[in-house]
Amino acid sequence: MKLHEYQAKQLFTTVGIPIQRSIVAKTADEAAAAFKQLSLGKPARLNIKAQIHAGGRGKVGGVRAVISADEARAVAGELLGKRLVTKQTGPEGLPVTAVLVDERMEGGRELYLSVTIDRFRAKPAVLASASGGMDIEEIAQTNPEAIIREVYDLIEGILPEQVNRISKAFGLSGSQASACGDIVRAMCRLFEESDATVIEINPLVVMSDGKLIALDAKIAVDDNALFRHADIVAMRDPSQEDPNEYKASQIGISYVGLSGNIGCLVNGAGLAMATNDIIKLSGGEPANFLDVGGGANVDQVTNAFSIILSDDKVKAILVNIFGGIMRCDWIAEGLLKATEQLKVKVPIVVRLQGTNVEEGRRILKDATGLNLISVDELGDAARKVVELANK
Amino acid sequence: MSILVNAQTRVLVQGITGQAGAFHTEKMLEYKTQVVGGVTPGKGGTKAQGVPVFNTVKEAKDATGANATVIFVPAKFAYAAINEAIDAVIPLVVVITEGIPALDMVRVKRRLSGSGTRLIGPNCPGLITPGQCKIGIMPGYIHKPGGVAVISRSGTLTYDAVYQLTEVGLGQSTCIGIGGDPVIGTGFVDVLGLFEQDPQTEAIVMIGEIGGTEEEEAAAFIKAKVRKPVIAFVAGRMAPKEKRMGHAGAIIAGGKGTAAEKYRILQEAGVITVDSPADIGKTLKAHLSKKPSALSQRR
Repeated sequence: MKLHEYQAKQLFTTVGIPIQRSIVAKTADEAAAAFKQLSLGKPARLNIKAQIHAGGRGKVGGVRAVISADEARAVAGELLGKRLVTKQTGPEGLPVTAVLVDERMEGGRELYLSVTIDRFRAKPAVLASASGGMDIEEIAQTNPEAIIREVYDLIEGILPEQVNRISKAFGLSGSQASACGDIVRAMCRLFEESDATVIEINPLVVMSDGKLIALDAKIAVDDNALFRHADIVAMRDPSQEDPNEYKASQIGISYVGLSGNIGCLVNGAGLAMATNDIIKLSGGEPANFLDVGGGANVDQVTNAFSIILSDDKVKAILVNIFGGIMRCDWIAEGLLKATEQLKVKVPIVVRLQGTNVEEGRRILKDATGLNLISVDELGDAARKVVELANK
Repeated sequence: MSILVNAQTRVLVQGITGQAGAFHTEKMLEYKTQVVGGVTPGKGGTKAQGVPVFNTVKEAKDATGANATVIFVPAKFAYAAINEAIDAVIPLVVVITEGIPALDMVRVKRRLSGSGTRLIGPNCPGLITPGQCKIGIMPGYIHKPGGVAVISRSGTLTYDAVYQLTEVGLGQSTCIGIGGDPVIGTGFVDVLGLFEQDPQTEAIVMIGEIGGTEEEEAAAFIKAKVRKPVIAFVAGRMAPKEKRMGHAGAIIAGGKGTAAEKYRILQEAGVITVDSPADIGKTLKAHLSKKPSALSQRR
């Protein structure tokens, strides 16, 4: 689960990571009031930053400088409710439901810091680079040697020599190095306390007065750990999630929207990815990834179909089920009920394999009046559905 | 031969009185797996699916001589259940549970190092030595004893691959689902090492996924240490970046962990790769029939 910048910064303050003064606003008037509060009636140049679950805001007018409360009101009014399209959002963009009004920090060197899990070593790792400001992927491509990686033990915490190596890579010494060490240790603590999958400060800025400040903040929290973080769950902003993905996640279905026209209904995540792959190999484009979960019962299959069909692009559907514990004949009956109930118009190619497969296929073949085609082999099924979608 | 489990393996079920635990205990018993006991705190002294239930893993181990345990305990309580199994020094712990926090697994991994326990999973179907022992939730009947090892991060995709192998007449030595989570107890590398040493195993099928570097590490190991043929499929070529594809571990993060990259590195290591998940069985069959002499020598 991702957090907004302002929410991440709230968590930063709980562990003492320095941020600039800021106030979140959800209406234009709140933004104007925030300007007044932050400027204390003196001339000021502040930022209005659109809060969305994606980076690249600055390049598309999502971060704007304002010099008066009236201007703050006008800019916030313009941004709030608008969908912002950045290179990370996809073409439909994300809605701006809040803006952050904060002090504008001029100049200063930009650094990069993050904490994540090194999956192979099964330990957390701090990534640091003196080339902050651009995203880590870009740094990794253009200047991989500029990234230093410190894997540390979760219980012992990051070691002093590791922290020192980071400060040194940043070219910091004296009180700046110790401030940097405090920030690194605070990030590591927050990483553990919040069950994060990633915490990123990009950029961490060295101000002209020598202070270090986290100008931006990104936190994603482990979905599997949300059961023990009611405070973080309360921060969830469903407006930032694809409505279908959100709806699916609420009923135990994994769904990811894609850009093609072939809907997919599969049991198991690996098989679902493989089904997307084979459609592509056969010359088609999947409209979604969908893992219906372990108990592929009638209700769950009906729910899955309705999610797939809410995407208007879908011209045909491929159902690929391996009935292991679930018997294929039950699955076939479930498919018939679900398609009848939803009056599915688009053609459905069904590939069943596994327990009681003969009976399952017979049930599908005997079904009349439905646009349902049973194909035994996965390669053939993929070719068939691609042909139907391209008709 | 086979690896990790065989007809002598004595299995406990932690969470035996839960719905999934009870159901799969029955299926494991039907497969003639020696399920010798179950563990559910507070239900010690009772019976479930005909086997004795104990309050703790330690009691169960002492009373039954169990040398493996399978965990069906819900994610919230799985960490404690795993620790209990490690403390009781059960040599093999198989965690089926999905949804365990990644940092809990980081803590578990820490405790595993230097312990007498090997952990498989979590979020996995388990492992099976066909005809001898099934620990987990895979459909037993699709397997057939033979010489092909299967290692996979997936569940149903593995069943599909096993089904294909059986259909083309290739039986299996041991099939292991290592799990779809970002932090897992036993990775490809460990299992590849065991299969390389196992005399029954003639070839290895490896099913990977996007996310992480498990496949890349495996490729390096195969290049250096594995002489048996390895055939691989990696799911998720079509996956967009930064999206979790069902499994918590199946995510391309920071540009790392794409299927294309994994394919490239596996091919460089001499692994036979298949683009279509439907071609796993027939590709391996064709490859093995080209080299009958090499195979018979290893037998």
